[in-house]
Amino acid sequence: MEVAGEVLASEFQLHVLAVDDSHVDRKVIEKLLKISSCKVTTVESGARALQFLGLDEEKGSLGFNGLKVNLIMTDYSMPGMTGYELLKKIKRSSAFREIPVVIMSSENILTRIDSCLEEGAEEFLVKPVKLSDVKRVMNDCIMRGETEGNNRRRVDKRKFEDDNHASSSSSSSSSIPSSPSSPLPSSPSTAATSSPLHSLKRAKLRDHN
Amino acid sequence: MDLVQLQRQLVDYRTSLYHEGFLDEQFTQLQSLQDENNPDFVVEVVSLFFEDSERLLNELSKALEQQVIDFKRMDAQVHQLKGSSSSIGAHRVQKLCIVFRNYCEAQNVEGCLKCLQQVKHEYGIIKTKLESMFQLEQQILNAGGSIPV
Repeated sequence: MEVAGEVLASEFQLHVLAVDDSHVDRKVIEKLLKISSCKVTTVESGARALQFLGLDEEKGSLGFNGLKVNLIMTDYSMPGMTGYELLKKIKRSSAFREIPVVIMSSENILTRIDSCLEEGAEEFLVKPVKLSDVKRVMNDCIMRGETEGNNRRRVDKRKFEDDNHASSSSSSSSSIPSSPSSPLPSSPSTAATSSPLHSLKRAKLRDHN
Repeated sequence: MDLVQLQRQLVDYRTSLYHEGFLDEQFTQLQSLQDENNPDFVVEVVSLFFEDSERLLNELSKALEQQVIDFKRMDAQVHQLKGSSSSIGAHRVQKLCIVFRNYCEAQNVEGCLKCLQQVKHEYGIIKTKLESMFQLEQQILNAGGSIPV
């Protein structure tokens, strides 16, 4: 069973782009994601994130190294482009709007959380981010985002075989421990309304620390 | 000192760091992420914290020496320091940063100067303590033992 899991994990590893200006936080998030069996690329700014995605030239969702990005996790407070501004750019781009974006912030300010979720962020995590947060994000976002995104993408013309391979294995992927057998029925709009409560609860829990 | 004594000393030392509020549960989180594939993870993260902190503390010192103090920039720098100290569980440093930010917001020079001294002091303490702890861990490894959880 373990071997099969490993084989599947290596066939379809989620590629996460983590954006944070803090060197310490980049190292920590990278470790959290690697432990959760993801491929990770870390960048230090929103500008670099856009460069990596190739957003400037609208080349498609492949980064420079040819790997599709399945999830973006970004810090909120960064010099230059904030995580919120990065979120907006991604959600307003036709090529990348389907990539789930998670915001991380050390400050759980209600208005901040609301604006991020309104702009289409999947989750708002209060720092310091824990392994349980990452695992939850993977379960909530990736399964939903990937299955929906892939269903929609099948309609659009796709130039790369990778996508087909990824989409066919995502529904049967066992790299995430508690993967459901069928896609989660919720739509992005439901996610936006259901996650504030979730994130707020978490934000409140954090306060007590 | 034999291996068992070293291990006990480490556990006691670590426990005291938590009890005295130098470290919080985030440090435990980091330790739980370390494994045989990446046995130096905690040391690496903490080293980054030391680098970042020293750079920021220097910048804050310089900022407070200026004729015209850029409180906004200072606030951003303290925010960074607060973030990285929070990420490694350096509890006392993190708490001081919160106070420091309040003084920045209030544009209170005296308050900022005092806070900076306190942060530097606390930072110095946690740096020494963590380095001592890592040295103890290394001694245990050199003696062929494993680091108790």
